[in-house]
Amino acid sequence: MNFLLSAIKRELLLVFRRRNDIINPLAFFLMVAVLFPLGVSPDPTFLSEVAPGVIWVAALLACLLSVDGIFRSDYEDGSLEQMLVSSESLLALVLAKVLTHWLVSGFCLAIISPLVAMMFFLPEQGYFALIVSLLIGTPTLSLMGAIGAALTVALRKGGVLISLLVLPLYIPVLIFGAGTVQAGAMGLAIQGYLALLAAILVLSLMLAPFAISAALKISVRS
Amino acid sequence: MKIKMPRWFYQLASPKWFYDITGMLLPWFGLAAILLLLVGSIWGLVFAPADYQQGNSFRIIYIHVPSSILAQSCYMMMAIAGAVGLIWKMKIAHVVAGACAPIGASIAVMSLATGAVWGKPTWGAWWVWDARLTAMLVLLFLYIGVIALNSAFENKASSDKATAILSLVGLVNIPIIKYSVEWWNTLHQPATFTVTEKPAMPPEMWIPLLVMVLGFYCFFAVVLMIRARIEVLEREKRSDWVKKVIENYGR
Amino acid sequence: MTLEVKNLFCERDERILFSNFSLHINTAEVVQVIGQNGSGKTTLLRILCGLSDAYTGDIFWQGKYLDGESDERYHAVLYVEHLSGVKGTLTAEENLHWMMQLDKSLNKCSIMDALQQVGLYGFEDVPCHSLSAGQQRRVGLARLYLSSAPLWILDEPFTALDKKGVGEKEALIANHVHEGGSVILTTHHDLMVPGKTVRPINLDEVAVI
Repeated sequence: MNFLLSAIKRELLLVFRRRNDIINPLAFFLMVAVLFPLGVSPDPTFLSEVAPGVIWVAALLACLLSVDGIFRSDYEDGSLEQMLVSSESLLALVLAKVLTHWLVSGFCLAIISPLVAMMFFLPEQGYFALIVSLLIGTPTLSLMGAIGAALTVALRKGGVLISLLVLPLYIPVLIFGAGTVQAGAMGLAIQGYLALLAAILVLSLMLAPFAISAALKISVRS
Repeated sequence: MKIKMPRWFYQLASPKWFYDITGMLLPWFGLAAILLLLVGSIWGLVFAPADYQQGNSFRIIYIHVPSSILAQSCYMMMAIAGAVGLIWKMKIAHVVAGACAPIGASIAVMSLATGAVWGKPTWGAWWVWDARLTAMLVLLFLYIGVIALNSAFENKASSDKATAILSLVGLVNIPIIKYSVEWWNTLHQPATFTVTEKPAMPPEMWIPLLVMVLGFYCFFAVVLMIRARIEVLEREKRSDWVKKVIENYGR
Repeated sequence: MTLEVKNLFCERDERILFSNFSLHINTAEVVQVIGQNGSGKTTLLRILCGLSDAYTGDIFWQGKYLDGESDERYHAVLYVEHLSGVKGTLTAEENLHWMMQLDKSLNKCSIMDALQQVGLYGFEDVPCHSLSAGQQRRVGLARLYLSSAPLWILDEPFTALDKKGVGEKEALIANHVHEGGSVILTTHHDLMVPGKTVRPINLDEVAVI
């Protein structure tokens, strides 16, 4: 537990030293969202109809974009090898890394999502559903993405490959996440949707750390 | 982690034993595949009665349904073989898993293509966002991921293990994906025209379908064994038994 | 402390690096692995410290067979390689602090003492990417002063070090061996450990063509 805390502290320190990395996924999120009115139509009724899906797709892509780097710098400078020969738990390290990734991607995206929702004329009653669904859904994206990142960290062409591996796994979260916002915007109950998102999160929280550490071992020990 | 398994299980791990046993099985499965596919397709295409609603266009189910079933079983087989390879450090299991991926992907493409062909007369469009078709498309994406990862590694051992992990992750996700896609489908397209309602199908229709499914499985076994045998020869090319196999082949 | 390797077989890219290779490292011993580039020096060290699966063979730690699942080596081995896990955005002190979190056997002295020993006193607050290559190397090597692990596995520890730095590290190795520790290392440098003969292992001779 102590180790988990000091690992989180280190990750946060690393993020703090490279503050630009926090801005990048957020800027990407905004830009992707802006492409839709420009590419399709700025009509308010159209935008409010597609808002849940578009915001979720943009958030998902922003998470995917940033998750590629989650282990890369540690792999390149040899830190990852030191972590593997350490007697400390690799699972704790993995959890610390995923948690930090979520804090700088999913969590921040959820915070700024009302801004995009406003630009897309999402009905006000959908804002709560949007924020909560992003808060519950994006940790799963970080966990799944970290599996892909761990599998591809030793490969030179990791960036494109990781999207192929991870995007199909993101589909359920996208469906339930966007579904939550749609229901919320129509004023329907969203507890059921949130429960599904939470169930997926619990499942991936139980299984993904093992897959991630196994994948890291394979990548480093090859 | 280690569970004691019966002796044949460990024998299977020996590449030579695998090569010999599949060599013996191959002709029988080949024969069964040809017979079953021939009987099933003639029965299904010629003798089975036409559907009262769709007429003769329904007959594509004799390819579409078996390939859909097989594409899913193939993924399961790939993931389980990968798990066996990881847990018992069995190289043959990885060979089998690796051979599954391209076969499964091709069969998923076949399922999607026949689904599209079927969709044209039934729904009037080549592509419909039907739950099953969409789930099959996602399955194809999963296959593509596995194949891409498998070919990205230079080192065979790590590529084996990495793809095994990815296919296991995919296996856990498949039920969730299927459920989510079905749920999404009912949300957006209520009352989709469901075609293969099982109780509605008379025996004259589903028995040839069953024959086709069995035939597809045998065909899959044949292709899988051929691919796996080639891969075994490639990986073991420096061992004495492979040299002998190649010498005998030349004669 | 004993580490033993038996019947090691390892191939890389269709090339056999070791076949039927055995090695025994005893208490208070310095083993220098030599060989051409690509002869498998780094691979051997990675196998020894548990960072490679690409081999077959048996490894015994303290006479106990390592099955690769529960690994007690990790508590007792210090592995330092050329990358050495120094983060550019962190300062020397922060880097060493994290390394001490990872490896509980880095407890011999304080971080400041170790930094003083490697000649980085006064640089502890500088992010490592603004240090020179030699100085960054010293941050990684400061672990040698901190470490009370019985076995040191060092991959090219002398690259980018000046003459004085190399001499200090040799003295440090001598001291470690004097206290009953063992060292296995690769280097192209003619290693002089005061008061101790270095056992060479030439991988060019074990390689099978």
